[in-house]
Amino acid sequence: MLQFTPKGILCVPGGFYIDPWKPVDLAVITHGHSDHARWGMKKYLCHHYTVPILKSRLGTDIAVQGIAYGEPVTINGVQVSLHPAGHIIGSAQVRMEYKGYVVVVSGDYKVQDDGLSDPLEILRCHEFVTESTFGLPIYNWQSVAAQHTQLQEWVAGNRANGKTSVFIGYSLGKAQRIMKALEGVAPIHVHYSIAVLNQAYESAGIHLPDYTVADLQEDVKHLAQDIVILPPSLLDAQVTRKIPDMANAICSGWMQVRGARRWRSADAGFAISDHADWPGLLDTVKATGAEKVYVTHGQTAVFTKYLNETGIAAEEVTTRFGEEKESVEPS
Amino acid sequence: MKTFATLINALDSTNKTNLKLEALMHFLAEAEEGDKMWLLALFTGKRPKRNVNTALMRQWAMEIAGIPEWLFLESYSSVGDLGETISLILPAPEQYTERSLSEWMQQIATLGKATEAEKKTFVTEAWRSLTHTERFIFNKLLGGSFRLGVSAQTLINALARYYNMEANAVTHSIMGDWQMGTVTFDELVQGAYTDTQLSKPYPFCLAYPLEKEPEELGPVQDWQVEYKWDGIRGQLIRRNDEVFIWSRGEELITEQFPEIKAALLQWPVNVVLDGELLVFKDGQVLNFSALQQRLNRKNISAKMLQELPVVCFVYDLLELDGKDLRSLPIKERRSMLEALLRQYPGGPLMLCHTIAAADWEVLKSIRQESRSVNSEGLMLKHKDSPYHTGRKKGDWWKWKIDPYTIDAVLIYAQKGSGRRSAYYTDYTFAVRKGDELVSIAKAYSGLTDKEIQEVNRYINQHAIEKFGPVRTVKPELVFEIAFEGISFSNRHKSGVALRFPRIARWRKDKTAAEIDDIEEIKKMIR
Repeated sequence: MLQFTPKGILCVPGGFYIDPWKPVDLAVITHGHSDHARWGMKKYLCHHYTVPILKSRLGTDIAVQGIAYGEPVTINGVQVSLHPAGHIIGSAQVRMEYKGYVVVVSGDYKVQDDGLSDPLEILRCHEFVTESTFGLPIYNWQSVAAQHTQLQEWVAGNRANGKTSVFIGYSLGKAQRIMKALEGVAPIHVHYSIAVLNQAYESAGIHLPDYTVADLQEDVKHLAQDIVILPPSLLDAQVTRKIPDMANAICSGWMQVRGARRWRSADAGFAISDHADWPGLLDTVKATGAEKVYVTHGQTAVFTKYLNETGIAAEEVTTRFGEEKESVEPS
Repeated sequence: MKTFATLINALDSTNKTNLKLEALMHFLAEAEEGDKMWLLALFTGKRPKRNVNTALMRQWAMEIAGIPEWLFLESYSSVGDLGETISLILPAPEQYTERSLSEWMQQIATLGKATEAEKKTFVTEAWRSLTHTERFIFNKLLGGSFRLGVSAQTLINALARYYNMEANAVTHSIMGDWQMGTVTFDELVQGAYTDTQLSKPYPFCLAYPLEKEPEELGPVQDWQVEYKWDGIRGQLIRRNDEVFIWSRGEELITEQFPEIKAALLQWPVNVVLDGELLVFKDGQVLNFSALQQRLNRKNISAKMLQELPVVCFVYDLLELDGKDLRSLPIKERRSMLEALLRQYPGGPLMLCHTIAAADWEVLKSIRQESRSVNSEGLMLKHKDSPYHTGRKKGDWWKWKIDPYTIDAVLIYAQKGSGRRSAYYTDYTFAVRKGDELVSIAKAYSGLTDKEIQEVNRYINQHAIEKFGPVRTVKPELVFEIAFEGISFSNRHKSGVALRFPRIARWRKDKTAAEIDDIEEIKKMIR
């Protein structure tokens, strides 16, 4: 039912693509990150919450249709529905059913409930397309509560030493998780690019802690000892260095490994990710009951081999997901 | 181990020397005596030998985690460190046991006599009861190969600041042959067992690279010219029947050169000399790779002393009979040095010869030929120059020969270890051999972080073979490889070995068709 083409993942009977990277007529979009939602499609179909994100990223003039989780749409005889993937706001697995045969493309997903995006829904299916960003047994995330404690303690320590806590995290998804973890700990300031995406959360009725927008071009003295959240592009920027007595932290799954933490030479690295860890990937794949699994971006070779060894038929497929992000950029 | 883990965490999470110093000072203030001793011991090589085989640790970890060996190896290649890989694949700890660093070390030390089953119980029990970071530290301690993410110099500076002492004095006091349990930390560092004044070195006078035409330096007769030797710069101190040899990195390296130490002990005068340590055999200086075989050994065998004899080419005299001579012009120091060495001839302390030339043109041709005597160019020292503290522009110049360069293509890449484990930073390069490619060198350094990221993107997208730690890359990226020497070698497929190869620059303007041919490269060998 699926075909992995140079344009993207094609649903053959439906005639539409999922997260294509070349222009097509109809693109079903799993979520708003730039490696999944690209420019140039004649029409987009995605979750309601993803609509404003696509518009802010791709232009307000795009043709986009938003649907709710579990709301079926029929395209050329294929029944299509979106289901929570737990990755970021509006992130969805695409379920396609045709003549009783069910295929699910999961996009990016995580198993942990971050309290912001709807938690991952397990879908029984015949074929399952999974990511494998953290497909090695070295990746085991701590509980969300423990992660929150870590961040809070780090900020408290900084404040005790008169330092400003600067967090580096993806503007869509990670930044909001950091905000949530630090609610009430200290005043929160976010970069403009994050504030824009915060609105997507707020318009969906998701509560975020209070924040102000920090203009780093202006005077930054008032940020002292507070919390500042910036996108990865500003990690080594000149404006960032001007923040008074700053200590910076990177929040990313890659920070699980000491070498990665030391390479980036930030003051702290927290292994907080919007992707599934090793047990998360395994449990999800097993729970779908899929008889065929396609493994995309990340540790494709390793995860595919392991699944095959454990009796789950798996195949590695080449996509262009994960490409835009550097391997150590927050994932 | 909490205090120690906090220290390791703090050292890991910054590359600012100041913050590392702060963390060390904090540890010195907080940690108990025994733990501080162990910190020093780990640094000065006084650690118990490995009592648990790494293959066994790997086996136990795979068993507990329930993963096959190939998956363990994939994880290992991604993490770049065995102890950390094990700590990451194990399930979360079930309980927590707080023991001090020294308690752990004592237990580890007694493992030597334990049976394999006892070792397994001890190690797996520890894994179950330590946090992730502590588990990692524990694994490193077991291996006896712990690198703390801080240089010896930073530790010494922290100790010096904490005790309000001079850094060199600390270096000397902690180097000695002290035994765990027989000394106290305070007394040890503060030099209760050593006279640190005796070993105190002078800061080295350093030269700048010559980046202009030598004619601009004025008449050649104003300059003392020597070969620039490619060995180890050493400051040789003989005071009150004791000898100390300091490297430029302010390390005491006396014990690595017993022949120099013995010779200097026989001199009846107190002196401080500056010179180059070199392997010298049959009237010839051997290249650096010969010297390298002599370095960082626990024991230097009689055979080694015979096969790779070290001499010191002495080029300066800093102190004689307790008198500091550094403010004298080098021409005066030089004649005193010559007189001194005439008095004690024949040993491994040899005068570094000067080169007399009528004009700069003659010197230029001597410099061009300096490789023929295994030197890397010339040193120019103004005859009126004092022995400066550190680097001062104008009086001393190093006039090195240009390195050799070739254009080669990237064929394999591997992730680095430690700080570099997130990226492919270890590259193998090939040159042409007719229609084929032959690998010629591995190189690690020379690219900026940004370039490394760019190369990584290429590797991720153009890897031909994607399994295991090594990526075979489509041979397209061309780099200029610089190196200091070249010789025939049967150990390499290409038939040649390069000395100190590094990436000079990324030749984005060149294609793989334009790389060098091995037969042409072999012509560089003299």
